[in-house]
Amino acid sequence: MGVSSVFMNLILNGEERAFPNAIRLADLVSILGLDPRKVAVERNLEIVPRSAYQSTPVMDGDRIEIVHFIGGG
Amino acid sequence: MDGSVTKADDRWTVAGRSFSSRLIIGTGKYADYAQNAAAAEAAGAEIVTVALRRVNLSDPSQPMLVDHVKPDRFTFLPNTAGCYTGEDAVRTLRLAREAGGWDLVKLEVLSNTKHLLPDMEETLRALKLLISEGFQVMVYCSDDPVYAQKLEDAGAAAIMPAAAPIGSGRGIQNVLNLGLIIEQAKVPVLVDAGVGTASDAVLAMELGCDAVLMNTAIAQAKDPIRMAGAMKHAVIAGREAFLAGRMPRRDYADPSSPMAGRI
Repeated sequence: MGVSSVFMNLILNGEERAFPNAIRLADLVSILGLDPRKVAVERNLEIVPRSAYQSTPVMDGDRIEIVHFIGGG
Repeated sequence: MDGSVTKADDRWTVAGRSFSSRLIIGTGKYADYAQNAAAAEAAGAEIVTVALRRVNLSDPSQPMLVDHVKPDRFTFLPNTAGCYTGEDAVRTLRLAREAGGWDLVKLEVLSNTKHLLPDMEETLRALKLLISEGFQVMVYCSDDPVYAQKLEDAGAAAIMPAAAPIGSGRGIQNVLNLGLIIEQAKVPVLVDAGVGTASDAVLAMELGCDAVLMNTAIAQAKDPIRMAGAMKHAVIAGREAFLAGRMPRRDYADPSSPMAGRI
């Protein structure tokens, strides 16, 4: 089995990063150490509802944005 | 009537939500989120504006706004700061709606980074996009009564003209226009941006604004928490003066002590 089948690359918040293959969005949020209640996620420009993190696969080449509220006026 | 009863009844409503505090504060430019939270308490604010940005993935343990300024205590009003097109604004607020779970938002579509004044043509277009997606939109805008009317006609939940450029602290630059906007509007009007000190907030409320939104005037005061308290009182004083109705202006003096009966 080649490395390419074990890992995949995501464009995560604008930067390319490698992650294990065949994970779901809930796994990604967990790997990153984030509290899913405090973030919002966009996958390939589509909002993923929090209730769908468990069922949403993350695929090689996906563009993922993970955002949260910060201070602003 | 008991004054406290009057104040308790003096609420304002935006997009079907009722509030007693007429001071909305921003959450930017504070030394830290703890100071921010203390200022929000001192201001008596019920609504705070927030921005939406990428999570810092290199340090997920860094302080988070929601751990200090808690969404169960304050109504979060997500903004579109940094958006220059309607599409940017819609994308940002879709994410904000998912993060926060509600649809009351602040639209701001800016023009250039020097004066940060709103691009009104793009703001109006973005407003229509957001309304078609079910958002309740409070709109940051220029102090132009004509555009304010267009925003209201398009379905804005509130009209929020700038008193002066964001962060400039120059106070209300066009009292006449602001008065015209207030007079014609059937939705709440809030002065948003440009307040520098308490007297600016008093004037906005005396003119008949429904509320005032500010950030820098509190966050960059030497003592932000004390200034937050000052702004709370200023907004109340201005509102009460507006409701009380000021005396007429006269060109000459009018003695307060009677002339009759002098010795």
